[in-house]
Amino acid sequence: MIEILSASALATVQDLGRVGALRWGVGTSGAMDPLALAAGNILLGNDEGAAAVEVPVFPFRVRFAQDCAFAVTGADVAAKLDEPVLPWWSTQARAGQVLNLGLPQGGAWRGSRAYLCLAGGVEVQAVLGSRSTQLRGAFGGHEGRALRQGDTLRFGVSDGEQRSTDFGLVPPALALPLQVDGLPAMRVLPAAEYTLYSEASRAAFWSEPWKITAQSDRYGYRLVGTPLEAVSALEMRSHGIVPGVIQVPPGGQPIVQMRDAQPSGGYPKLGTVIEADLWRLGQAPIGSRVRFIETNWDEAVAALAQTRRWLDEVRRLVELQRGYRSGR
Amino acid sequence: MSSDLGSISLLGTSALLFEAPGEMALPSQQRIWALALEVAHWPEVREAVPGMNNLMLSFARAPLALGEIKARLHAAWQAAEPLPLQGRVVELPVVYGGASGPHMGDVVAHTGMSIDEIVERHSAPLYPVYALGSHPGYCYLGGMDPLIATPRRKVPVVSIPGGAVSIGGAQTGVSASEGPSGWNTIGSTSMRFFDPAQDPPALLRPGDSIRFRVEKVIR
Repeated sequence: MIEILSASALATVQDLGRVGALRWGVGTSGAMDPLALAAGNILLGNDEGAAAVEVPVFPFRVRFAQDCAFAVTGADVAAKLDEPVLPWWSTQARAGQVLNLGLPQGGAWRGSRAYLCLAGGVEVQAVLGSRSTQLRGAFGGHEGRALRQGDTLRFGVSDGEQRSTDFGLVPPALALPLQVDGLPAMRVLPAAEYTLYSEASRAAFWSEPWKITAQSDRYGYRLVGTPLEAVSALEMRSHGIVPGVIQVPPGGQPIVQMRDAQPSGGYPKLGTVIEADLWRLGQAPIGSRVRFIETNWDEAVAALAQTRRWLDEVRRLVELQRGYRSGR
Repeated sequence: MSSDLGSISLLGTSALLFEAPGEMALPSQQRIWALALEVAHWPEVREAVPGMNNLMLSFARAPLALGEIKARLHAAWQAAEPLPLQGRVVELPVVYGGASGPHMGDVVAHTGMSIDEIVERHSAPLYPVYALGSHPGYCYLGGMDPLIATPRRKVPVVSIPGGAVSIGGAQTGVSASEGPSGWNTIGSTSMRFFDPAQDPPALLRPGDSIRFRVEKVIR
C-alpha cells in the first residue's frame, strides 16, 4: 500500500485508456504519456497496461506502507527516496520510506508529467474495461476522482514478493527525439476541414510556434498563435473525435483534444496529432511552445510501428537484465 | 471530396470519419445505424460510433493502406437500408430560462423570438435519440425546429451543470454530468442518464425518444 501525502495535487490513476465504450459517450482517458507508463511497467515486470499514478503537479509525496519495487518515468522530477533516485529506473522501496517527486528538471528536455509505476500495478477496480480515472463521469481510477492527501492505494504484489530492480533505460525523448528549431515537435495528419482554412493560416500553422496556454489540462491543450481563419463560416454536425484532434473554435485559436477529451465534437478540425506523437504533447509544459510537422498516412503508420519497436526493444533489454540478475 | 457517396476523412491513425451526404434526417440516420452494425464486424474496426449523419470507425489496428477500406465503406453505405429502431419514450420536465438557462438571452438575440415562442418550439417535438457522445450517457437528438437554431458559442463555457438543456447549431441536447460545453444553455432538467454499474451503462440508446415537458418558464 502507498499513502498520498500531498494535498490537492491533481494526480490520477491511469492505465493505457478505456476503449470500446465510445458508443455510450465514454471517452478514452488514460495516460497523457502512454510510452512512459508502458515503459515503467515493463521495467517492473508488469503488463504494459497496468495502472500507475500520473502526477502533473509537484512536489508530490507518497509513503510506502510496505516494501515495493517502483519506477518513476515521464518527466525527470529529481525523485528522492532518502537518496536521489534515477528517472526511468527500477528501485526497491522499504516499508516506511517516503518518495518525494520534485519540480521537472531541464536538461535535454523538460517534461511535465511523471508516472509512479508500482510492482504489480495500482490495484483499483476496472470499470468498463479500464482502471483509468474518468473525471467527467466520476468513475474508474480511485473513486472516479483525482487523488487527495491521505488516500491509500494498493498494488498487485504481496508483501515480501521480490522483483529484481536497479536497472533503467534511455527515455524516449532521447531515444526517439523530434524537434524543429529547438522546440518539441509533433506530426499532424490534416483532417476534414483543413482545406477550408486560408492558405496563409495553413502556412502559419506549420511554420510558427504555438504556445500552450494556462487553460490546458487533460481535456485539451488550448494553444495561442496567429489566429486561424476559415475561408467561410463553418457549422458542423456532431461527430466522433479522438485524442489528438485539433479543433478550431470560431476565435481561431486551436484546441488539441487530449486524453480526457469528449468522444465527439462539432468544431471544425484542422488536423490530428498522430497517435505516435501525442505523448510528446502530453509532456509539453504549460507556457512552453511547440511546432507541428505535416505528415501523411504512410509516415504516421510507420511512426506507430517505430514506437512499438522501441517498446519491444525495452522489453528485450529489461528481460536480459532480469535474467542476468537472477543468474540465469 | 463530398459526393453522393459520402466523404471519408482521417482522425489521425486512430480512426476514420464517414460523413453521409445530404440533409440530417431520420431516414438517413437510420441508414447510419445500419452501417454501424455492419462495419462493427470488420477486423480492423474496434468500434463503430454513430454521430449526427456520420459514423466514426476507431481502429483496432491502423490499416497499412486506406484505399481498400474506403472503397468497402462507400459500398457498405450504398447497400445500407434504413434500420427503424423503435425504442422507449422518456419524458423530461424542464425549467426554461432564468438561472437554469443562462444563454436564453443569446438564443432570443439570434432568433429574434420571444422566450415563450422559443420554449413552445423547443418543447413541441418528440426528439429521437440519433446518437450518444460528448460525455457518458449524453444523447444527440434529431428533430429540433430549425427556426430556433443558434450557433455554438465563440468560446466554450468552462462548466455547465448536469441536466442542462442546450442548443448548439441546429441540434439540442441534455448534459448528463457537469462539464465544459460550447452550446447555449436554455433550461434544466434532472435525470440520471448514466450508471457504469449497469449493462448497458447508458439510460438511452439510438432509437429511443425524449419529450421535453414545460415545467416552468422564467422570463
